[in-house]
Amino acid sequence: MQTLTKLGYNIAGPVLALIISFAIGGIFIAIIGKDPLAVYSQFFSDTLGNAYGIGQVLFKATPLIFTGLASAICFRAGLFNIGAEGQLIIGAFCIAFVGNVFGILPAIFLLPLCILAGFIGGACWGIIPGLLKATFGAHEVINTIMMNFIAAALVNYFVSNVFFVPATVHTPDIVPAAHLSRLDFFFESFHGAPVNLSLFIAIGAALLLHVYLWKTSLGYELRATGLNLNAARYAGIHVERHMIGTLTLGGGLAGLAGMNFVMGYKHYFELGFSEGAGFIGIAVALLARNNPIGIVLTSIFFGILQYGSLTINTIVPKELANILQAIVILCIIVLSKVIDRHMVRLQKQSVAAEVHA
Amino acid sequence: MYAVEMQHITKRFGHFTANHQVDFQVHEGEIHALIGENGAGKSTLMRILYGFYTPDAGQIYINGREVKIQKPSDAITLGVGMVHQHFMLIPPLTVTENIILGKEETNRLGILNLPLAAKQLTELSQTYRLHIDPSAKIEQVSIGFQQRIEILKILYRNAQIIILDEPTPILTPQEIDDLFKVLLQLKSEGKTIILITHKLSEVMTISNRITIMRHGKIVGTRETKSTTQTELARLMIGEEIGPPISKRPFIAHKDILIMEQVSAKGDRGVLAVRNVSLNVKEGEIIGIAGVEGNGQSELVQVIAGLRPFQVGEISIGSHSLSPTHGHQALAHIPEDRLRFGLILDFTLQENLILGRQQELRFRHYYFLQDSETRSYSSELIHSFDIRPEELSLPARNFSGGNQQKIVVARELSKNVPLIVASQPTRGLDIRAIDFIHNSLISERNKGKAILLVSSDLGEILKLSDRIAVMYEGEITKVFLTADTDEREIGMYMTGAKKKSA
Ligand SMILES: Nc1ncnc2c1ncn2[C@@H]1O[C@H](COP(=O)(O)OP(=O)(O)OP(=O)(O)O)[C@@H](O)[C@H]1O
Ligand SMILES: [Mg+2]
Repeated sequence: MQTLTKLGYNIAGPVLALIISFAIGGIFIAIIGKDPLAVYSQFFSDTLGNAYGIGQVLFKATPLIFTGLASAICFRAGLFNIGAEGQLIIGAFCIAFVGNVFGILPAIFLLPLCILAGFIGGACWGIIPGLLKATFGAHEVINTIMMNFIAAALVNYFVSNVFFVPATVHTPDIVPAAHLSRLDFFFESFHGAPVNLSLFIAIGAALLLHVYLWKTSLGYELRATGLNLNAARYAGIHVERHMIGTLTLGGGLAGLAGMNFVMGYKHYFELGFSEGAGFIGIAVALLARNNPIGIVLTSIFFGILQYGSLTINTIVPKELANILQAIVILCIIVLSKVIDRHMVRLQKQSVAAEVHA
Repeated sequence: MYAVEMQHITKRFGHFTANHQVDFQVHEGEIHALIGENGAGKSTLMRILYGFYTPDAGQIYINGREVKIQKPSDAITLGVGMVHQHFMLIPPLTVTENIILGKEETNRLGILNLPLAAKQLTELSQTYRLHIDPSAKIEQVSIGFQQRIEILKILYRNAQIIILDEPTPILTPQEIDDLFKVLLQLKSEGKTIILITHKLSEVMTISNRITIMRHGKIVGTRETKSTTQTELARLMIGEEIGPPISKRPFIAHKDILIMEQVSAKGDRGVLAVRNVSLNVKEGEIIGIAGVEGNGQSELVQVIAGLRPFQVGEISIGSHSLSPTHGHQALAHIPEDRLRFGLILDFTLQENLILGRQQELRFRHYYFLQDSETRSYSSELIHSFDIRPEELSLPARNFSGGNQQKIVVARELSKNVPLIVASQPTRGLDIRAIDFIHNSLISERNKGKAILLVSSDLGEILKLSDRIAVMYEGEITKVFLTADTDEREIGMYMTGAKKKSA
């Protein structure tokens, strides 16, 4: 009985938060003189009302799962990885490069090679701040931010001068052997939506990370490092190795986010393609309380917001759609706290009633 | 009319009842002791009075008036102050800044008037002879000093009702005397004091009345004049404590811990351990006696590999310790359980394998063996009487004494030749202390080498085969326990007698 009520609270909480935050968003829509109901009905029917919309949502969610995981695993180790954006860009560029240059390889070798390239590219951008932290104690926030600038400049240079299609800001196409199939190849109804197999790789990564964190001795050590550095040292944990390893792994995961666009959608690397997925990943991780499975769900939620605000463009200005998105996120964060507190109070009243009875 | 009256207080955490229908009354101007086993619910009750928790049911009256205390600031307004079991000071700030926190004196522009505050504090500290340096930073001062700050903080806020949650375990005997003088002075000024402690001798010396708690309920209140330690112990635990198990004579041969002329720096960069040479043999308990702050803590950290040493050699068994990198072939009960011994956000089960996570017993390749860990944990919980028996409860939610039991249980169950136990019974109730003393003796009887550091000289004398006295970082004398007494050890501890050159 008790666990059931608790579960009820856990589901009711977020749902209630969602409803209230959309209601608050509705007030804003009304203020600019539009009909909130019309806007929301379009919002929901376009995102969740048909398979195409769902496919678009999942496509937007895929890179966020990777970058969310990249932030979350570092948070768990007590590290702030602000560098997922740079790690993502480098990873994506490496995928595009390998997918083009090693084009003669058959798919069975090329696909894993491309994925590996994405992982290693991102991992290189993670290991550097990791090493700096572990050996010199240099703060990873500053260093991961710097690595973002370096990544952007470097890739900019390559895509404008070395490896590019003239008169565009993108690289040459990768060969078809390096493509990840879209899901409409398997499910006809997704037709036209860019969601592709990298979604499953993302979900797989989340599951693996869950196992790593909670079922392995290394994950145990990682969490110990993040929660109490002194106690971790006392327990004989090589905390420096974990700092380096975790930032490397986080970088690699962020690098994999490039698969979605490069291997699954456009088949080339384009400047500015990420739309800040690296930074949104931080918000995703926080909202999901650094829980890998929660990150998958939260990413889908963000995907709905992102794609939904595109579809209501026809009714409200793009800026408002963006503001709406931000309002909903803020409301959710605040409300989930408020509701938590309220639940505690409810529980207290029930105990009081029992005692007096 | 009572200064404090709590009626029918009930507090639950999940389905666990920490306080059940508690009625508790304190007269104005008395020192009222609150005693009971680990986990009896003492801290919880006092945190309710201080507004840290709100009760699920029940009423509180202060000076006869019903009050609602929702948060600590409500309690402070009502003149209630509390010194917590674990201090709540902010390390990088100065003493003055910490004390005025939350009651800052500002001028009209909102600018802090620190000199004025410092002056008021100096006056307060002179009135109560609580010696402090207002400009010192918290991170640089001793734990006894920190407690004086906590007390001053309360006085600065003009509290009339003062709660002290286990103030004495961390103090030296001299500091305890000083504290008690302050408490008596406060009492003579008409303030009301509630004191939580596990030491019955302290209760008998200082208190006017005593309330005993057990399993979340009140079992009785006594006038100190008309009760005895035996009666109190019986009310607290419902049984008598037997005599300690006896030591098996052990003819030790092999040295387990060998230290040769070890010197190491303390946190402030000056030598805290000077030229220490000491061997601990198998089947032997060596007690380190000393006034706190004479290098014992640093010495233990060096042996445990948590602090680098500059000169000398240390080996454990046949393994010699690197001066800069620690290693793990020892059991270590650290003095500061919150900083080193526990991860408060880990569950009980996770904490019970802290430091043992790489043992093959608890993992298969890299996978944690949950079922094995579970049965091992249940065993420890049972034999060390850790309460509540909830494997998935975070360590944060255990009472102070039960947190200590978690650490002790884990370390004593390790299969290693050397045990370093620093203040192993701090914060424990009499039954738990007795159990741990017996455990240490039986480990010794099995042939383990044990280094015991304790500020409780009685504990050292009871358990040790040999006693080493530390003074200003040096070991100034090593005695056979049978050949010495408290008085002689005391002379070395205070430096009145030193190493014969
Ligand atoms: N936040 C919490 N969640 C769950 N249980 C809790 C929480 N806080 C306290 N408890 C439980 O309530 C009981 C009473 O704890 P409390 O800290 O009041 O004990 P205590 O009498 O002060 O013991 P000690 O002498 O060991 O300090 C303990 O069993 C503890 O585990
Ligand atoms: Mg307590």
